[in-house]
Amino acid sequence: MTLTAALQRTVDDFQAMEEQDRLQLLLEFADELPELPQRYADHPDLGERVAECQSPVFLFVEVDDAVHVHATAPAESPTTRGFASILAQGLEGASADEVLAVPADMPRLLGLDRVVSPLRLRGMAGMLGRIQRQVRKRTAA
Amino acid sequence: MTETEPRFAEYASPDRLVSTEWVAAHLDDPDVVIVESDEDVLLYEVGHIPGAVKIDWHTELNDPVQRDYLSPEAFAALLGRKGIGPDTTVVFYGDKANWWATYALWVFALYGRDGTRIMDGGRDAWIAEGRELTREPANRPAVEVPVVPRDDRTLRAFRDDVLAHLGKPLVDVRSPEEYSGERTTAPAYPEEGALRAGHIPTAASVPWGKAVNEDGTFRSRAELETIYLDGAGLRGADDVIAYCRIGERSSHTWFVLTHLLGLPGVRNYDGSWTEWGSLVGVPIAVGVEPGEVPVRPGAAR
Repeated sequence: MTLTAALQRTVDDFQAMEEQDRLQLLLEFADELPELPQRYADHPDLGERVAECQSPVFLFVEVDDAVHVHATAPAESPTTRGFASILAQGLEGASADEVLAVPADMPRLLGLDRVVSPLRLRGMAGMLGRIQRQVRKRTAA
Repeated sequence: MTETEPRFAEYASPDRLVSTEWVAAHLDDPDVVIVESDEDVLLYEVGHIPGAVKIDWHTELNDPVQRDYLSPEAFAALLGRKGIGPDTTVVFYGDKANWWATYALWVFALYGRDGTRIMDGGRDAWIAEGRELTREPANRPAVEVPVVPRDDRTLRAFRDDVLAHLGKPLVDVRSPEEYSGERTTAPAYPEEGALRAGHIPTAASVPWGKAVNEDGTFRSRAELETIYLDGAGLRGADDVIAYCRIGERSSHTWFVLTHLLGLPGVRNYDGSWTEWGSLVGVPIAVGVEPGEVPVRPGAAR
């Protein structure tokens, strides 16, 4: 169980901060969530709804020679957007094996339990689990 | 400063509501503090009413270890840090039609805080009207706040209170699917927290959102009376318990019954379904009917 290099950098960034500043960093991630590529923006039905999240979040996972994750979440759900952004950026370009090696409790490594609450981190774990399941499905054949 | 606005005059306690215009006119009022309480812990950071402070229901109002609200000492310290003095008027607003704002108001009331109000329409109304938002955190100087004991008897019900209450009016404010027992959490929310599904026998089903209009403002008094006094049979009731999943949606209904309709003796069962649905031996009804008061009242307490 290991993090991708990009996720490890994110975890290190969060851990290097005081707890209250971690919320600001999460906000920066929320602001940075990339727009969906046009092919998905036109077809949101191609995405997978993350039932673990309290707001409508859709994931789009592609596997070619690497994994690409796109996600969308409403502006009024910045926490969810932040989590989606961390995963989309942290998994972008990783190999399928690298994505599958990310431990399920990765969200807790961000040190957000006390500022965000463990309940809210569950949605992020849900996103990660769904991404990994899609990667498994797409590489099984 | 406790003037009431004509548009709220029809409610039982008109001074419990303020409009967005009122808030805009009192942003620099030293006797008023605006408090944002949201479901999403980051929403305040995205942009809030200038000068508003944030109170998060999950990380700030709950004890971090025990399932309970803050100790009176911790609550006084929280208010002190936020710059909310004992005589300050507190106006709450938030997302989702003030769902969490009314929860914060109810928790404040447990500690005897009375000068509290809700901004009708909440965060969405402020934004829809194109009013100013800022990302600048409010910096109110810390103040001394005396420790006031928490009253857990008047506005709050525990599981044994609910058992003893069976036969008197109960309101289940969750979604129809949670009430009937199809699921234990609101649609589109994660399944969590309760081992059994259904409702407390005899509880009337009135989903909390019925109390608000599309734009998040409260319905008129006449509409609320039709929904609660006629529909849920609460006319003349003086001893009512409302519940939901963890006590947040039922705070909204508690606010409506207590402050807008003026019913006396309304309590919120904050243990709610996450407790009741996991308790050994308590009665549960499934399906769309309220069900009967059990002959043998469940747990031998």
